[in-house]
Amino acid sequence: MLKEYGILFDVNLCLGCGSCYEACKEANNLPETNDDFLKDHLSESTFTVVEQYGEHFARKLCMHCNEPACESVCLVGAIKKSETGAVVYDADKCIGCRYCMQACPQKIPRYEWGSTNPRIRKCILCHTRVKAGKLPACSEICPTEATLFGSMEKIIEVAQNRIKNNPENYYPKIYGLEEAGGGHVLVISPVPFEKLGYTSDIPKKSMPEFTMQAMEKIPGVVMGGGVFLSAMYWLTKRKNQIAKENNLNSQGKN
Amino acid sequence: MKIVDILKPTFWKVVAVLIITSGLTSAYFRFSLGLGATTNLRDAVPWGLWIGFDYLCVGLSAAGFTIAATVHIFHLKKYEPLLKPAILTAFLGYSVVVGLLVIDLGRPLNFWHPLVMWNIHSVMFEITWCLICYTTVLLLEFAPVILKKLNLTAPIKLLKFISTPVVIAGILFSTLHQSSFGSLYLIVPKRLHPIWYSSLLPVHFYISCIAAGLSMIIFESYYIARSMTKDEGFSNTGLKMEVLSGISTAILAALVLGFLLKLNDLMENGKLVYLTKLTQESVLFYLEIIIGTIIPIYLLGFGNYRNDKKWLFITSIFVLSGFILNRLNVCVTGLIKSSGYNYFPSFDEISITLMLVVIAVIAFRAVAKYFPVFESEHDTEKLGNRGTNIIQNN
Repeated sequence: MLKEYGILFDVNLCLGCGSCYEACKEANNLPETNDDFLKDHLSESTFTVVEQYGEHFARKLCMHCNEPACESVCLVGAIKKSETGAVVYDADKCIGCRYCMQACPQKIPRYEWGSTNPRIRKCILCHTRVKAGKLPACSEICPTEATLFGSMEKIIEVAQNRIKNNPENYYPKIYGLEEAGGGHVLVISPVPFEKLGYTSDIPKKSMPEFTMQAMEKIPGVVMGGGVFLSAMYWLTKRKNQIAKENNLNSQGKN
Repeated sequence: MKIVDILKPTFWKVVAVLIITSGLTSAYFRFSLGLGATTNLRDAVPWGLWIGFDYLCVGLSAAGFTIAATVHIFHLKKYEPLLKPAILTAFLGYSVVVGLLVIDLGRPLNFWHPLVMWNIHSVMFEITWCLICYTTVLLLEFAPVILKKLNLTAPIKLLKFISTPVVIAGILFSTLHQSSFGSLYLIVPKRLHPIWYSSLLPVHFYISCIAAGLSMIIFESYYIARSMTKDEGFSNTGLKMEVLSGISTAILAALVLGFLLKLNDLMENGKLVYLTKLTQESVLFYLEIIIGTIIPIYLLGFGNYRNDKKWLFITSIFVLSGFILNRLNVCVTGLIKSSGYNYFPSFDEISITLMLVVIAVIAFRAVAKYFPVFESEHDTEKLGNRGTNIIQNN
């Protein structure tokens, strides 16, 4: 049984060298999409980007939520949370409804719009490499430990320690720990996260809960509705019958 | 002679042929070039006109289950003339939904996957199954009309035997998926504009589809009657004013209930501020509410409008327009701001949609013409005469 792993990204330590961007492309066999990696965007051929905000660099990638919206909405179960903690995708199951793209609070999943048999594309936390005992390509290559890979307990502890030991250098919050119920990519930074383009207005509770409250009512609606309709069927039929009989009776008397 | 008649070109036939040809061409391109080349969808706008149109068709088909409940469960027999047109409308509406869904799927060859690969937590899964089951129910409900014409009585008897459970199942499936179309958007709390996002989306959807579905029946009965008899009004469809004002009362009730619910939702969740500012969203919302709710409530509130066939027809157009605006707002325009892109459907998206609509209209007219969908005035007269004869004999 594998433990759940995750990535800690530290804006303070990131030099903006782009090794993670290049390594990700190589590990996932993705074509080159932009000469300047700082100007690139997430796409079906780019699973992570490094964005520059003044002197800071911010990495964007799938946050691998604990309870992913994309997994909960996928009607055929093509998106699954793997035992490593990664949110992975099975193109053979996918029917291409794109509900995962609509549902993701971070707007991460991309689509092969140019293909006639398109796949959903996003970071899968190098889940095959991790299973084989290796590090994700981005964290293996990172020269400064700005991208750190490890068990969730470990990286949360590292993040907390870095903030605690250097309060003047860190904004006192770990991004990704609570967003959408928390996930497996955490970010710490010297400035508030919305200044680095991280989506800030994400609900704290896990996304599937939003639909759960409606889905939970289904059995009740079916049972209650079935009983109600059957009862009304019987009652109104009987009422009509009695009315008819009364009619006949009164006609007979006349 | 008959074939010559069919081939005789009229304005609408030429238009229909043009739309179907262009739709088929677009469909060919969509499947050979992919979604990116033929639609204006993109990563930020993964759903567009096709999904939006499915919303409309599902809602407009709602009379299928409401009338079935009225007639078969509540035994209000005076509404029986509405039953067959409502079921036919529903069946054709759902055919358009299924057609568009398959065209919209990125991997259409995998369309059968939901049958064997289940994720019971997905709203989409529930909707898919309800659609499959309900379309089957509609077929079973409409089959007697066709079987009767073909003089096949044995299957009719069987269908009659199972009809009550079938009707009940149909109502339950409808209730579930009509509301679930609203539940689909429960998972995008920060993307759908707060004017429309509400945890009560499924309830809003359910109530508004009842008003829209019934209005659709008024609209198409009037239209069919006029195109078949060149008369104004509902003559030749067997629809009595008593029946029509009955369903218009139901429309009024659904509109008032929906309006109060919406108002309560806006007030309780402090969303009234969004209505004080003039934005694209607030303007669209005002349009939707004024056209689809306030004007029809006003018109239906007065007996002299409610009992006038022409005004009833006009009211149905208001309700339908408001409904269409509402659904498009929830699934397209309400999401524009958060997506950052101004989506407008491409030529291929529009032409494929139009093609399916035209095919559905042709199918409706053809079935209405060759099968006893609408009880004709003539039939009811005969029935009426026979009725009086019996009484006289007694």
